[in-house]
Amino acid sequence: MIKTCDVAIIGAGPAGANAGIMAASQGCHTIIIDEQAMPGGQIWRAKSEAIKSAPMTPEIIDGDKLRVSIAESNLTHIANAKVWQIERELDEWVLHFIINGRSEKIGAKVLILATGAREYVQPTPGWTLPGVIGLAGATALMKRDLLTPGKRTVVSGTGPLVFFVASEIRRLGGEVAAIVTPNSRADWLRALPSMSYRTDLLRRGFVWVADLLLAGIPIFWRHAIKQIDGETKVHSVKVSKVSSDWSPKGPARLIEADSVCTGHGLQAASDASQLLGIDVKYQLELGGWVPEVEEDGITKINGLFICGDGAGIRGAAAAEIQGKLAGLSAAKSIRPEVNSSNSTLLNSYRRASRFGMAMTRLSIPRKGFQKLITQETIVCRCESLRRCDIENEIETGAATTNAVKSGSRAGMGPCGGKYCQSTIAKIIADRENQSEEKIAPPTPRPPLRPVSASALSGEFEYTDLQIPKPAPL
Amino acid sequence: MTKTYDLAIVGGGIMGCSTALRLAEDGMKTIVLDQGDLGQGASGVNAGTLSLQIKRVKLMPYALKGHSEWEAMGEAVGFKKTGGFTLAFTEHEAELLYERQALKADAGAPITFVSNNALRAAEQNLSHKVLAASYCPEDGYANSSLTGQYYRIRLKENEVQFREKCNVKLITRNSSGFNLTTSCGTVHATRLLLAAGAWLKPIAADLGVDLPVRARVNTVSVTERMPPLISSIVGHATGLLTMKQKSNGAILIGGGWQGQGVPQDGRGNVTAKTLIPNLSLAQHVLPELSNARVTRSWVGFEANVPDFYPLAGALPGIENAFVLGCVRGGYTIGPYMGRLMGDYILGQEPELPLFDPGREFSEV
Repeated sequence: MIKTCDVAIIGAGPAGANAGIMAASQGCHTIIIDEQAMPGGQIWRAKSEAIKSAPMTPEIIDGDKLRVSIAESNLTHIANAKVWQIERELDEWVLHFIINGRSEKIGAKVLILATGAREYVQPTPGWTLPGVIGLAGATALMKRDLLTPGKRTVVSGTGPLVFFVASEIRRLGGEVAAIVTPNSRADWLRALPSMSYRTDLLRRGFVWVADLLLAGIPIFWRHAIKQIDGETKVHSVKVSKVSSDWSPKGPARLIEADSVCTGHGLQAASDASQLLGIDVKYQLELGGWVPEVEEDGITKINGLFICGDGAGIRGAAAAEIQGKLAGLSAAKSIRPEVNSSNSTLLNSYRRASRFGMAMTRLSIPRKGFQKLITQETIVCRCESLRRCDIENEIETGAATTNAVKSGSRAGMGPCGGKYCQSTIAKIIADRENQSEEKIAPPTPRPPLRPVSASALSGEFEYTDLQIPKPAPL
Repeated sequence: MTKTYDLAIVGGGIMGCSTALRLAEDGMKTIVLDQGDLGQGASGVNAGTLSLQIKRVKLMPYALKGHSEWEAMGEAVGFKKTGGFTLAFTEHEAELLYERQALKADAGAPITFVSNNALRAAEQNLSHKVLAASYCPEDGYANSSLTGQYYRIRLKENEVQFREKCNVKLITRNSSGFNLTTSCGTVHATRLLLAAGAWLKPIAADLGVDLPVRARVNTVSVTERMPPLISSIVGHATGLLTMKQKSNGAILIGGGWQGQGVPQDGRGNVTAKTLIPNLSLAQHVLPELSNARVTRSWVGFEANVPDFYPLAGALPGIENAFVLGCVRGGYTIGPYMGRLMGDYILGQEPELPLFDPGREFSEV
């Protein structure tokens, strides 16, 4: 017999944690499974034990509040666990996860997916050199371990995250060589009205920029990194202007640096949703392909709810509220006596979404960025495939992401296509003269994370293997 | 005027495409229609094993021919003749191995039994618990994921028309042949070949023919790249394991463990219940596999009929309609079966006999 609960939640970021607290408060036996050691997700990531005495930041303070609420609730929190497979057995979900090097499973009446986002990093020549990390990866490094990405860093990318990362590097004693962003000051001005909902965040943003300007750090607006140079690690980057569709133009300028942080917006991590049969649709303003889900987390599949950035990139504030909405929907679905109204939550969710979506709009790469990927640029890191390899594959007639994957192995490595698939879809769209929304993502398959064969099998006796009867002779 | 083809083929897997190529040799105007991409069903997601040791005795002459076909396709399909070992770990499995491999050797497969020392000299990393082993130098593998790419290129070279993402919704007959209503327009053809694998049953039902086609849901997994561990393909006496290390270091694990789902509902699902013992068996055979991370597991639908022999011949009761499918070991034998089917459609005597789809089927 396996352990069974009312509500299982995957992910303990703002959405998942709040969904859990809500479901537990409505009397549901709730379990939350998360990859990290402590709840908080990417944005409210906890500091490692070794550096507890370090100064507080707003992210740590919000995260600590959440961690206290979870500790005070009836939630069961399973930390350091990677869910690799989800199945439906009769009227129950079964979640298979790796914990302490073994595969375990739990059952649940309903399932809430709060799997968050992953970062899109625009491939450019040299982006796979040691010393280049994603903006989101850099924030993880800084929040958890107070480590800076290098001694002298170029921070490049879209939306607000470039400024946050640059100001964190400075706070931790690193040097920021330059900030490079394809956004213009006018892009930001246009976003202001939608940002009025969160004056606190707006104020923090101004502080970051003011600090950077006062320190004399060059901010290259409407610019992009055209190339990262170095033999075994980064030694310099070439930066050039971009046009309004973000096509690189004009001569390149050289900046010396030993490290680069770069990121171009977030995408919904929807692998688990797709694996369970939820359809995805292309919504650029939400970061690309997103699962079909209602505002209150309800999906077409009974007993399956989705919330937070995994349902489309609307930011942490909206994720928190949608988490509560999904937690409430989940509780209602198994406990008919729960009848709290969700209309107040819905209203604040919509307001918060406007802010988050304004940030997403600033962050999503525009068409001209594709020109940064030269023929020799690596597109699929796991299999070392360059743009020309992908294009050769399309040349033979492969017109879908599945066909390109079959022919080239792009997406079959450890990342499971998380890094390359949207770039490949853009290349196919380009070559086939199609819009990106016509190029669907490839078939999702388990494991949701790479898992070691020994963790899956555990200790076993050969004689206990249930080997089926052999095929006919 | 809409064009009328000499033959419309429903299903762009190995069977359909190889038949089309044979017909193109004799100048027949053929069109291949596939609901997805070419070679994306069983033809493209199987483990790519080319092993005479797991072929049925009666199909051995076809499998031997099939091996030559793959060898001729060569690098374009990632063909590698590595030789293959089949292992037994218990008395019962050893008996099964001796009995079955002897019959297959009689049928023409160059299978020999090898000592443990010989096995260990060839493959140091295999389990030391092996009780008995057989070897076939003809065994090897091809890269099944290249099937679609390969046939796309070959069909184009031979000027055979094909349509991908073209779902055949309805087939009707008229005086001059067949009308196929598809998601990409109507197709007229004087003859029809159904080669839709696990999707054969509903299509034949359109024409009022009940084919007793069912589908097995075979699981395949691949690991991340590993240092060289095995150089031959490796199987298990029961046939429930196939394993090979590709040239990039990834290890591919199959054996026909059953996933879930039916062809009508999509692409089927992997289930932990069978995936875990499949991978456990693989680790028993190759202990170092325990360090490898599995990066992807998937399933494919392998069609069969109750006697597990192919359907290859005229569609019963429908003039000018043919069916080809349900070949156990269809990846190996498929290209050759397509050639035979082509001969038959051209009115020529096939080199080896076909398998009448109108026969009485008895359950094995």
